[in-house]
Order: sequence, then structure tokens, then C-alpha cells
Amino acid sequence: MAKVSESKKFTGTPGQIRRQRIEQSGAIVITLLMSVWMLVNLVKAPEQFVQVAISGLRNGLIYALIALGYTLVYGIIELINFAHGDLFMLSAVFSSFFITYWIGADQSNPKGWLAFASCLVVVMIFGAVVNVLIERLAYRRLRNAPRLAPLITAVGMSFLLNFIGLKWNGSTPRQWPTVIPSGDIYIGEIRISLITLWLFLIGLPLLLALNYLVTNTKQGKAMRATSQDKDASTLMGINVNKTIAFTFALGGAMAGAAGLLYQQSIGTTSYNLGFQLGLIAFTSAVLGGIGNLWGAVVGGLLIGLIQGLNDGLPYAFGQQWSQSVVFTILIIILVFRPAGLLGKVTTEKV
Amino acid sequence: MAKTTAPSNVAKSNRKWITGYSIIGVLLFITYQFLLPWEGLPLGIYDAIYQWMPPSAINESLVYIIMALGLNIVVGYAGLLDLGYVAFWAIGGYCAGWFMSEFFYFLNINFLGSVPAEAPGIHINFWMVLFIGGFICALFGILIGAPTLRLKSDYLALVTLGFGEIIPQVFFNGENFFGYNISNGTKGIVMVDPIPVGVKNLGPFDFGWKLLIFLFLTAIMVFISLRLRRGRLGRAWLAIREDELAASMMGVPLMRTKLSAYAVGAFAGGLGGVAFATHVNGVYAERFNFTISIFLLAMVVLGGMGNVWGVILGAFILSWVNGNGLTAFGQLYNDRFGTDVDFASFTFLLFGLVLIFMMLFKREGLLPESRLKLMLHEDELDDADATSKSGDK
Repeated sequence: MAKVSESKKFTGTPGQIRRQRIEQSGAIVITLLMSVWMLVNLVKAPEQFVQVAISGLRNGLIYALIALGYTLVYGIIELINFAHGDLFMLSAVFSSFFITYWIGADQSNPKGWLAFASCLVVVMIFGAVVNVLIERLAYRRLRNAPRLAPLITAVGMSFLLNFIGLKWNGSTPRQWPTVIPSGDIYIGEIRISLITLWLFLIGLPLLLALNYLVTNTKQGKAMRATSQDKDASTLMGINVNKTIAFTFALGGAMAGAAGLLYQQSIGTTSYNLGFQLGLIAFTSAVLGGIGNLWGAVVGGLLIGLIQGLNDGLPYAFGQQWSQSVVFTILIIILVFRPAGLLGKVTTEKV
Repeated sequence: MAKTTAPSNVAKSNRKWITGYSIIGVLLFITYQFLLPWEGLPLGIYDAIYQWMPPSAINESLVYIIMALGLNIVVGYAGLLDLGYVAFWAIGGYCAGWFMSEFFYFLNINFLGSVPAEAPGIHINFWMVLFIGGFICALFGILIGAPTLRLKSDYLALVTLGFGEIIPQVFFNGENFFGYNISNGTKGIVMVDPIPVGVKNLGPFDFGWKLLIFLFLTAIMVFISLRLRRGRLGRAWLAIREDELAASMMGVPLMRTKLSAYAVGAFAGGLGGVAFATHVNGVYAERFNFTISIFLLAMVVLGGMGNVWGVILGAFILSWVNGNGLTAFGQLYNDRFGTDVDFASFTFLLFGLVLIFMMLFKREGLLPESRLKLMLHEDELDDADATSKSGDK
């Protein structure tokens, strides 16, 4: 019986079947360990658990927004855009200056709310424009070059944006006032910050809109076609350059929104923020399955949750190991299931 | 069976560089060891040397050259992008910290060490620690590489990046690593044993003599790089770099060849790590960050991937700019024009632009390697060929 169902589940050459078995047993072990860990913590401190889970998910939403930019760009030109995290950082700095200095809103009143709403639009445009510029000036010229070349260029771009952030924000972290309504609501013993609710109210529609754009519009169709085969798309009358630029614009806009949400919820910006957050977001994209939009969202929320739990629970490694935990997840995923959680397993074509 | 010899199209053994290298080395040594302390030296020259290229700066740039040569084997020869090379530097550094200091104060092991036998801690001879550090790093290189080398190139880069973040964090939090102190955490390990050279022990301020030792280590790395490149292994690396599939069809064992590239590269990282620990007389966890990995990569890219002399040039230029050149130039500029520009903060801009412009306009670096140059400009050779290539990537 068991044999029959197994042979139905796994298909392919013997090597692939073996690999699928390894993947599956690895996944079961990891899931079991994770659930035991969570359960122990849940029994030990239930309220704390829910509390840190919520704040973890909040960070996870920001990771998801950034991860979308990675996944979109990787999906279409197979480039790990290292500069994306720094674009997020620049957006956060931009939002801070826009709200606090250019509009002059520093507290949660109608003026502040208006500033926030207009900033959301402006910063998304800002992110899109910067990302398209980066693509136009650097990556486009390297599209046919060996893969190492665009990757190193992306690292260079990241340094360049880092420099702009350093000059703009200053070398030390800066505190900024929050202009969206803050405060707490209580559900039983559990405190939920209003900002968290705001984040989800703004972030989730953005995700849905992006998904609609990619799956249901003509432009989205062009994007998907280009990601499959650039030459064939050209023959079908798709303007590949424009489509790729549009993809960068979408990713940049998401990073812009993430920058504003981060700045409003955390309240600090620093020039080297982008690197770490970018890597975490990229890990999220890989975890979910790079190139897959919902994968990036699921991965982001999951990474945020794990990180939150690790940082705040009694039985965990604690905050000083946060990065190591995230990168260990990255390595495990890349080694055992490079396609990610929601990604489709593809065989390497020759 | 006949011994395999290099095919005729591979350059004949060339050891001419040793003469030139020795002459430059001896000149540098004489300058820093004898000329600089000499009282008859005009003050202007003395000041100029101290402003533009002080003894510690030239030693540090040699350490960077050793590292860059190691990274060149991984990136330049084998074409595997490594974004976490700083991990090997850290491991090498801590090898020096563990085996050449009083860090393990509860032990008393002295093996040809350069301190009195009754001193607490582990004191192993510097020259042996070099090898220990190198081999531990090579081991880590294999450990990191083994499960990951199957991956596609950019995934591999990410895994190395992950290790490059995890390993320094282990050392950073190492004051309480599951209850053990393995690295003194942020305090670092201060005071590393001096280098024994028979008649003398070289402390942290014997810059001139240490310059000679670092020059010697660099020469070893140059020798290893040049010899390996000509040999069977080096040719296998180049083949993998140019076309992995074709190489494996020609019978190149992919895994083993890639792993050896990792191991040799990591070995150099260990050498450099130990050398750097003696140079700064300590090991400090916060020094090992991602920027260093990128910095080394920029050196390799700027100089010319795959070309030993190019990498040396690139490493020398960038480490000089980063360590001393930019500040010295800034001082000069500010004095002349009465401005107050903080030039040191422009390093990010400089490195970013170097990476971008080199990739856009001169992918092969300042001193290019001819084979790599052809490969990197494949897309411009034949448009039709290039498009068909990008299609099946």
C-alpha cells in the first residue's frame, strides 16, 4: 500500500526520487522540531508567545514587501539585485525627510495623516524611479554578459546607494516621529499596537494589487512571458526592455512602500539598514521559492515570525543570534530545496 | 603510464618573476628598515613616506594582497563567486588568537613558542600556526563547499555570504558560546606572540622585519598561484570557469575540482588571517564584516580576475586608498584649498563606482588575463551567438 502511494507521489529518475525523499524527510524533521519548539514556548509563556508572534509578523510583512522586489527581478532576469535592500533604506530615509522636514508633520494629527498618505504615493514613485534608473544605467548593458558581471555590478550599486544614504542620513542612526495614529488595543491580555494594524491595512492591499497586476493584466502577461523566454517574447511583439523596466519599477515601488512602513513603525533610520534587511528579505524570497510572488509573501511572514519568536521567547537563541538563525535557514533551504517552499522543482536543462 | 605534462599551449615554466620580486622586496625592506630611521634622511622625504605610505600601511596592504590572491583562486581561476571570504580571515585570525596567546590561560602548552615556557596559554611557533590556520581554514572551505557546490552560481554566492555572516557572528557572540568562551567576544584577544625568526622575536612594532616576512608569505602565495594555474588542477579550474558542462564532459571531476579551489582559497585566507593577527597584535571580532569580503572582491575585479599580478596591483591600490591614500589625499586637498571635506567617508562611493565601472567598461580588470578577457566579452563578439546563449541560461 505505502509503496504504491509513494510511487505516485514521487516521479522522475531514481536520482530525483531519492532527492525528493531526502527533501521530504528533511522537511518533516524540521517541521517537527519547529513545532515542538513552538509548543514548549507556547505552554511556558502563552501571552508572550502571541505578542512576539504579532510583532514578528509585522516585520515579516515588511520583509515580504522587500522580498517581492527580489523575486520579481530574479524571476525576469535571474539577477540577485543586491542593491534592492539599499533602495529600501533610501526609501526609508526619503520618507523620513519628506514627512518630517519637507511637509513638517511630526505628530499624529490630520496633517500627519495627510503627510503619510501623500508620502506613500511619493515614496513609491521614488523607489520605482530609482530602481528603473539603476536598471537603465547599469544592468541593461550587462544583460548578455556572463552572470558574474551583473552580480558584481549589483554589489557595486549597493555600495553606491549606501554612500548616498550615508551622506543623506548621516553616519549615526536617526530617530523620527511617527505620524500615524499610535496607541494600543487590547484583546484580552494581548496588546496589539495600532501601528501594526495600519501596516497590515496598507501592506496587504498592496500585495493583492501587485498580484492582480501580474496575473490579470496585459502588462503582467508580458512580464510572465519575458521571464520564460526573452527571444520568443520579442517575436510575439513584446517590448522586452520596457517590460523589464516595468518589473524594476514594480519592485522599486514595493521597496518604497516598505521603506515608509518601516520608518513609521520602527522610527529609526540608518544608512546601513538596507544590507541586513535586504539579506533577510532575500532569504524570505528564497524560502518561499524565488520567482514566485506568493512564495515571497509566505517566506517573508515566516521569516519574520521565526525571527520574532527567536528574539523574544524564553527558550530561544536570543536576539544576538538573529542573523545566524536567518542565514542558517537560508543555507538549509538552498541545500535541500533550492526551489523553495512554493516553488516548482525544475530539472536543470542542458 | 606516462606522466602528464602541460600541453604545449600552456606557457612554459616562468620563474623570472622571482628576481624582480626579490629586487623590489629588498628595496622596500631597505627603505623601511634602514633608510627611514637614518638621521641623514631629508625631513621632507621622511614626512612624505609617513604621510603617504607609513610602515604599517604597507604591511597591511601585503596582508590584503595575500587574501586577494586566495580569493583570486576561487573567483578568478575557478569562477565561483565567494561573498563570504571574510569568514576564512576570521578563522585564521582566531587560530592565531588561540594558539599564540594567553587566551587559554588555564592551559600551559608551549611548542617552540616565542615566549618563556612558563607563560600560561597555548604558544605554538608562528610558522606552525600559519599552517594550522591554513589547514583549519581549508577544512572549513571544504565543509562549506561540500553541500553547496551543486548549486547554481548565484545560489552558491549566497550560501558563502550566509557563512560569511554566521561565522563572524559566532566569534562576535563567542564570549558565551553554549557556556564556553571561544573568542572573548567584542573584547577580542589582545597580545599575540611575536614572530620568532631564530635570532630575534618580532614584536608588533618591528615593521621592517615583518615587511620582509609578509613579502615572503606573499611570494609563497604568488608561487602557489602561478604553479597551480599551469598544472592539471589549474587547467581544470579554468575549464570549469569557462564552461562547466563542457569541462565535465571532458572528464573534469566537477565536485573535486571545485572543492580544491575552495580549499586552496581558504588556505590563503588562513595564512592572511594569522599574518593579520600578528600585524595588529590581536584579534577583534568587529573587524570581520561583509564589507571586507566585498573589499577583497573589488581588489580582484579591479586588478584583473585570474591574473596574479593584476590582483596584486588591485589589492595594493585599494588597500592603500582605503588605509592611507584617501586620508592623505584629503589632507593635501583640504590644506591646499582650505576646504573641510571628509574624504574617508567617500570609500563607499569609490568602491561602488570601481565595481560598477569596471564591470561596465573594463570587465577584465587593469591587467587582464587574455583568456578571461575573451570570455567576458563573448557577448560583444557575435550578437547572434550571444542571444542564443542568453536564451538557454
